[in-house]
Amino acid sequence: MNTRTRIRTAAIAVGVLFGLATGIGGYTFIYARGGSYLTNNPKACANCHVMQDHFDAWVKSSHRSVATCNDCHTPHNFFGKYWTKADHGFWHSYAFTTGDFHEPIYMKARSRAVTENACRHCHATITHEIDTRRTAENDRLSCIRCHSGVGHPR
Amino acid sequence: MKAGSSSPDSSAPRIHWRRFYLFVGAATLATLVAMALLVNIFERKQEAKNPFFRVVELTDDTEDPVIWGKNFPFQYDAYKRTADQERTRYGGSEAMPRTPTKADPRSIVSQSRLEEDPRLKTMWAGYAFARDFREERGHAFMLTDQIYTERQQAAQQPGACIHCHGSVYVPYRKAGHGDLIKGFEHYNALPYLEIKGDFKHPIACIDCHEPHTMALRVTRPGFIEGIRALKTAQGVKDYDVNRDATRQEMRSFVCGQCHVEYHFKGPEKRLTYPWSKGLKVDDILAYYDEARFKDWTHAESGAPALKAQHPEFELWNQGIHARSGVACADCHMPYTRVGATKISDHHVRSPLLNINHACQTCHRWPEAELKARVENIQDRTFRLRNLALDALVEFISEIKAAKTAGRTDEQLASARDFQRKAQFYLDFIEAENSMGFHAPQEAARILGESIDFTRRGQKELRR
Repeated sequence: MNTRTRIRTAAIAVGVLFGLATGIGGYTFIYARGGSYLTNNPKACANCHVMQDHFDAWVKSSHRSVATCNDCHTPHNFFGKYWTKADHGFWHSYAFTTGDFHEPIYMKARSRAVTENACRHCHATITHEIDTRRTAENDRLSCIRCHSGVGHPR
Repeated sequence: MKAGSSSPDSSAPRIHWRRFYLFVGAATLATLVAMALLVNIFERKQEAKNPFFRVVELTDDTEDPVIWGKNFPFQYDAYKRTADQERTRYGGSEAMPRTPTKADPRSIVSQSRLEEDPRLKTMWAGYAFARDFREERGHAFMLTDQIYTERQQAAQQPGACIHCHGSVYVPYRKAGHGDLIKGFEHYNALPYLEIKGDFKHPIACIDCHEPHTMALRVTRPGFIEGIRALKTAQGVKDYDVNRDATRQEMRSFVCGQCHVEYHFKGPEKRLTYPWSKGLKVDDILAYYDEARFKDWTHAESGAPALKAQHPEFELWNQGIHARSGVACADCHMPYTRVGATKISDHHVRSPLLNINHACQTCHRWPEAELKARVENIQDRTFRLRNLALDALVEFISEIKAAKTAGRTDEQLASARDFQRKAQFYLDFIEAENSMGFHAPQEAARILGESIDFTRRGQKELRR
């Protein structure tokens, strides 16, 4: 076999393999409704089944008609929102695929901060009054410590 | 250069083989990962679509859990695990090796409560429980442990015991020719050791589940009649638990079929739950007093004594969890996830062995903190129980001394009645399987009243 034939064979092999990877990857993305994660539809969050209970509870919550998952669980700016989605998307998929995670599931400190800010985004007129009365920089009162059931009652 | 030329051509592009293999490797790995992920997602989607597959037909006569297990393998696997023996601080059983004998072939039993605390022998003097009383084991052992307990030799036990020590729904209906209650009546008065062959399984699926819809249902006549008596007292007429109870109520009622206080009524030994005045210990004692019922005559003091039996359902009813609508199954059979499906954990056990599922769904605190809270309640209850038991043992020996000194039955009647009360209140918490946790303040009140009954009884003796 001369060099040119070799190159051609090798190129086809690489092409087929990359095509396979892209094809299967692409199909997996569609099959897993990957595109839905870019939307604001709360049903997307229950795609992977773990959030089904939270979704069911949200349907019965006081916030169901004014806020969806993203309103409370992602920052209210474009970059922050999609960065959070990517970050959570990766770790949630990782945890659920390997099955190695704590149940009942917990919120990480960063996610809690996102939600605390989201409360303040909509309820600013009330929270501003409360937040200005704090004595030190870090003793901001937590909204969801007491109002834990507004998004999805237990 | 022409294709097919065989002359070596130094100007032809060189192949970087190493780079090429790297590319191939990367593409292969990417394909592999994408495929694995795809299959995983596919499996989860299938699991979510079909919570179970019906591979066998279940009817109202399918008694054997193995057959049910074919349709519900996750639930069945967990159910089989009730054979586990694991201790908590105040409950749970420990596997103790034992040399099997002809009369009792068990090679493993649980620890003896009588050896742990000999004061119990004094409290139950003259009753079969003073002969053999061990820590309860899991559901898997309910049938065998009842057959081989030495209590069977201490006194002839009635067939009524099987009501809660075996799967009774199918045999009861068979004996009653289709009528559950008739079958119940048939077995109650027969000797236990004579009828034991008719009952093959410990608690089985059919005891709590309707075979076609899997809906919860109550199958034990004791509870059907007991809850009707309670509802009548509350002004609800003609209560039918299987018709009138909500699903959330059923998630406690199926457990309350057995985890209750009871007695054998009359010569026909009808198993009866003493609830016609209410579920509190005071209501139950009032019921027994009115019926002039006693379990036995105390061997040392001659008091008409009562034995309380695991009143978990009654005590839980007085607690904050019951008041908040939390059912037995919420903590003892919490929801758990298997793949993409959610099932009730059928490994029924102490929530202390499963704190994350049992408690943390509602209480967002670390496991160690939650365990400490529970044990705090239990430690306090245990101390109070010990005080009450010390007082009772002392009181019993005083009545015994007074009897030896020649006091008549008439003179001792009042003191003996106080012993009956003190003992029943104490036993209500002692026999209950949560060391006070099901209703902490109520447990403390009951033990406090027990100590007060002892005090008043001792005063009677000194008159």
